[in-house]
Amino acid sequence: MYSKILIDHFRNPRNMGRMENPDGVGKVGNPACGDVMYIYIKVGKNDKGEEIIEDIKFETFGCAAAIGTSSMVTELAKGKTLEEAAKISKDDVAEAVGGLPPIKMHCSLLASDGLKAAIEDYRKKKAGKGDAAEG
Amino acid sequence: MKRVYLDYSSTTPVDERVVEAMMPYFTEKYGNPTSFYSFGQEAKQAVEEARAKVAELINASPEEIIFTSGGTEACNLAIKGFALKNKKRGKHIVVSKIEHFAVLEACRWLAERGFEVSYLDVDEYGFVEPGTLEQAIREDTILAIVNHANNEIGTIEPIKELAEVAQDRGVAFFSDACISNGSVEIDVEELGVDLLAMSAHKMYGPKGVGALYVAKGTRLEALLHGGGQERKLRSGTENVPGIVGFGRAAEIAKKEMRSEAERLMKLRDELIREVLKIPRTRLNGHPEKRLPGNANFAFAFIEGEGLILELDFEGISASTGSACSSPTLEPSHVLTAIGLSHAEAHGSLRVTLGRFSTREDVKRLLEVLPRVVKRLREISPFKESFEDYVEGTEWKGGEHHHV
Repeated sequence: MYSKILIDHFRNPRNMGRMENPDGVGKVGNPACGDVMYIYIKVGKNDKGEEIIEDIKFETFGCAAAIGTSSMVTELAKGKTLEEAAKISKDDVAEAVGGLPPIKMHCSLLASDGLKAAIEDYRKKKAGKGDAAEG
Repeated sequence: MKRVYLDYSSTTPVDERVVEAMMPYFTEKYGNPTSFYSFGQEAKQAVEEARAKVAELINASPEEIIFTSGGTEACNLAIKGFALKNKKRGKHIVVSKIEHFAVLEACRWLAERGFEVSYLDVDEYGFVEPGTLEQAIREDTILAIVNHANNEIGTIEPIKELAEVAQDRGVAFFSDACISNGSVEIDVEELGVDLLAMSAHKMYGPKGVGALYVAKGTRLEALLHGGGQERKLRSGTENVPGIVGFGRAAEIAKKEMRSEAERLMKLRDELIREVLKIPRTRLNGHPEKRLPGNANFAFAFIEGEGLILELDFEGISASTGSACSSPTLEPSHVLTAIGLSHAEAHGSLRVTLGRFSTREDVKRLLEVLPRVVKRLREISPFKESFEDYVEGTEWKGGEHHHV
C-alpha cells in the first residue's frame, strides 16, 4: 500500500528529533486523531541575503505515512528560502514520497501545514509578537 | 524469513484434518442435499452429521443449529430476524458498546427503521455489569445483546448472569461467540442464551461458513428467501464442504480445547509478563478473565499502524486498534469504551495466539517488539505525556481534518 520511497523515509527518517532553541516551531495535528507533527526550523541567510531554512527537524506521532511525509517535507525544505519553503504543497509532498493511498492524503497536508506553521511562527516571533502567543 | 502469525482472532489456518474431511465434498460427493437420489442424500447426511457436531460443542440439539455463510450473517439473522419477528412485543434493543461491527451495524440498521437501541457501558476491563443491563431494560425491550468474549481485548463476559437478568424480564438474549467458540467451553443450556453466533474460520475451519444457535421456541424472520433450506430460516443450497469442515473443526475443538487452552494461557501469560516490562505499557482487558490466546497492549506515545508495519517487516503479523489502520480512521470503539483516550487507543497492539503458535513465535515477538516501540518513541514528540511541551508556540490542533 505504501511506495518504496515512503517506506524508506518511515524506516530511516531524515532530520528526526528535537531541536534546541529553534527559531520557529510548527505544531499541527491532534493526539486524538492519531497524528501530531512538530517541525522545528533554524533560519539563516544565503549569499543573496535571503532568509533560508538552515536546519530543520521533526518529531511525529502518527502512522507510517505521517512519519514518512514528515521526513520528506524536511528534505524538501532544507536549504530553501522561506518563501520557497512556504510554497511546498501537500501535493508536492505526496508526489515526492511516490504517492499515497487516498485515505492517507491528509498526512501530506499535515506535513506541508507543519512546515508552514513553523515558518509562520518564526515570522511572528521576529515581528515581536511571539510573547503574545499562547503556551 | 520465517513468518510468525500472531493474529488468530482475525482468522485461523484451516486444520489439515478439516481440509481432509472437506475434500470429498468438492469432487466426489458433490450432490445437492435437497435432491432425493443418492448423491443428494449422502450430502444431506454429511450436513446433518456436521450439525450434530457443531451442536454438541455448545451442548445444543442439532435442530437448534442454523448454518449460515459466516459469523456476520449469523449475527444479522439473530438480530434482524428476531427484531422483525417480535416487533409487536416491542421495538427496543439493548446492546453492549463493545460488540463486533456485524452486531452494531445490524442494530443501527434496525434503528434506522423504527427500532430503538440502547448501548450498555462496560467497566475498565470490558465487563458488562448485570446491573447495567437490568437498568437498561424497559417495558418494550425485546432483545439484549452481549458478546460472549470480546474479539479485541479478549474479555469473557458473565453471560450466565446477564442472560438471567434478561430472562427474568422476559427479554431474549443473543450472544456473539464467534471469537470464543472452540477456544473456551460454551454450554448454551448453562448460559441460558436464546441465540448464539458462531464462525468456522475462527476455529480452524474454512471461511464462508458459520452458524446460529436458535433455542427451541425462539422465533425468527428469515432474511434470505428461496428454497426453504435450514428450517426456512436460511434459504440457499448448503455450503456442503464448508459445513462438513465446520463440523470436523467443532469435533476437534471439543476434544482438544481444554489442553490447548492451558498451553495457550501459559504462553500468553509469559508474553504479557515480558511485554509489560516495556515502560509506559498497559494491558487492555482483564488479566485472567480473557481468551486463552489473547493479549492486548497500549504503548503510550506511538501509533499502532507504524508498529504493525515494523513488525511485518520482521515477518510478524499482529493487529492494532489504531485509527490509522482502519478504513474509517476512528480508533477502536472497544478501547475507548474501556476508558482509553483516543490518543492512547492509537497505540494499541493485539496479539492473538492459537493452535499452531509456539514458544519460538512468542520469543521472536519479544525479541523485536521492545526495539520497535523504542524506535517509534524516538520519533514521537511525546516522551512523558500527551501534553504539549513547546511553550510559546501556537498549537494548530484544530485545523487538521481527515479527508
